[in-house]
Amino acid sequence: MAETQVQTVSLRAKEEEVVSPWREAWRALRKNKLAMAGLAIILFFVTVAVLAPVIAPYPYDQGELVMKNKPPSEEHWFGTDYNGRDVFSRVVYGARISLWVGTFSVIGSVVAGTILGLLAGFYGRWVDTIISRVFDIMLAFPSILLAIAIVAILGPSLQNALLAIAIINIPNFGRLVRSRVLSLKEEEFVMAARAIGMKDSRILMQHILPNSLAPIIVTGTMGIATAIIEAAALGFLGLGAQPPEPEWGKMLSDSRQYIQKAPWTVIFPGLSIMLTVLGFNLIGDGLRDALDPRMKN
Amino acid sequence: MTEELLVVKNLKKYYPITGGILGGEVGVVKAVDDVSFTVKRGETLGLVGESGCGKSTTGRSLLRLIEPTAGEVLFDGVNVTALSADEMRKMRRHMQIVFQDPFASLNPRHNIEKILEEPLIVHGIGTSAERKRKVQEMLEVVGLSSYHARRYPHQFSGGQRQRIGIARALMLNPKLIVADEPVSALDVSIQSQVLNLMQDLQRDLGLTYLFIAHDLSVVRHISDRVGVMYLGRIVELTTSTQLYSNPLHPYTKALLSAVPTPDPDAVRERVILQGDVPSPANPPSGCTFHTRCPHATEECRAVRPAFQDVGDGHFVACHLYKP
Repeated sequence: MAETQVQTVSLRAKEEEVVSPWREAWRALRKNKLAMAGLAIILFFVTVAVLAPVIAPYPYDQGELVMKNKPPSEEHWFGTDYNGRDVFSRVVYGARISLWVGTFSVIGSVVAGTILGLLAGFYGRWVDTIISRVFDIMLAFPSILLAIAIVAILGPSLQNALLAIAIINIPNFGRLVRSRVLSLKEEEFVMAARAIGMKDSRILMQHILPNSLAPIIVTGTMGIATAIIEAAALGFLGLGAQPPEPEWGKMLSDSRQYIQKAPWTVIFPGLSIMLTVLGFNLIGDGLRDALDPRMKN
Repeated sequence: MTEELLVVKNLKKYYPITGGILGGEVGVVKAVDDVSFTVKRGETLGLVGESGCGKSTTGRSLLRLIEPTAGEVLFDGVNVTALSADEMRKMRRHMQIVFQDPFASLNPRHNIEKILEEPLIVHGIGTSAERKRKVQEMLEVVGLSSYHARRYPHQFSGGQRQRIGIARALMLNPKLIVADEPVSALDVSIQSQVLNLMQDLQRDLGLTYLFIAHDLSVVRHISDRVGVMYLGRIVELTTSTQLYSNPLHPYTKALLSAVPTPDPDAVRERVILQGDVPSPANPPSGCTFHTRCPHATEECRAVRPAFQDVGDGHFVACHLYKP
């Protein structure tokens, strides 16, 4: 008999393993090969950006004019541009700018969009009407045009481009959060929270926000990819980074006229943009699957 | 201390129907229409009725989880409908609710400890260690184990989740618990376990229940008195024994005759009602039941019957019975 009891105790101890929903999502994500490839690409670019001064063999803003538009060689892996600057060094430093702009503009739009979406969805009525109509108006403009208008007002610079990209993406996150809040508000656990006497602010922070995070993370990750492209587009139009900053989009536009004579000056920045965006899209797709409640077993 | 813990007077909840180009109000749905009843300390009042008759809305609007349109709710002598939002928040300590769907009423992102500790945090009760201990105790009280505290809701069965829902309601030592169909989402075998748990808790903690259900045998098992609702109104209210042995209202009779009996040879008089429940947006004149009542008269079609005592605290709203 005594032995039987000992066994019961050990079985109980065994089933103690508890998996939080976030850890479960991470496990699902780790099994997704494409998402892991995306993560690897992003980690690669992040490393390059962080270690740029170590990796880059030449300064990004100085070149010898005699060396201009030279094809890739041992000294200049990606060749040189029309100013004789090392394209490899510029691409390496460019990773800093693109990741910086992508990440921080998305953080900006996520924070603003989430706050506005929570308010609109939770309080409804006139608060919702005002916020939603402003979103509608902003979404009525083609987003890049709106960004150009904002940069035109503030003056062309990298910071203003970042700000403009953050602003134009607010409605995307705002609408997403608002719709999540509207459906979560009707959930019984929110009514249960109210029934135990919880304040609105605590209900928002403890119950509604944590349950809205999954779609925010997915859209945010994909949003970084879009923001990088938008930053490159603004740079290409001369409204983003100013010379001699090695912004990838700016590099494309500067080298446009030499595209036939020196294609490497266009290929490598373009390839970098494509790879980074691909990385963020892959991980975003993977996150969407991993965080989807319907995929839970 | 009065005998009545809860007095509900003329409670109404009307939902506006908006329509037209300007979104104006074109009518109202009378979900709860002039409901009055009392709940004594320590008793269980059952509230039965078919889907959409307003039982849940009644339960939720007397807790002000849904704001009532009109009426008074006196809880322990305090008119809760007149309290400010912050006073109401504090009042909620004493009046709790157990929800129907144990899958929807627990936040999937919180573990059990957090779910159960939250009511104490909200009302600023105890230190962190005391709260954690209380959570462990409460898990044992509702028949779970303390090692369940770190798990998440999806790791439990429906019956276990409902126990967690009950534990959450009990964390604040409330006086009244509104049980909104607490067992109708559960298997029959689990239903009895949860019902027995609720009865044990009532005996041990001196709880008062407002028990909302559509299952007549469940209500009979647990209630001291039972109210029968039809189209947003209470049509009959009496003790459980009275109601099941001597139902007066024709609707109650029809409802009771529909309860299946385990004995296949039992001779039963089945009252089959004709037609459907009328829309609460456009309720019939007079007695709302006259469209389906086998005994309807001209008076029933014209005059709404008063809800009155026909003897021994047996309340009924029907013209067939005059005191």
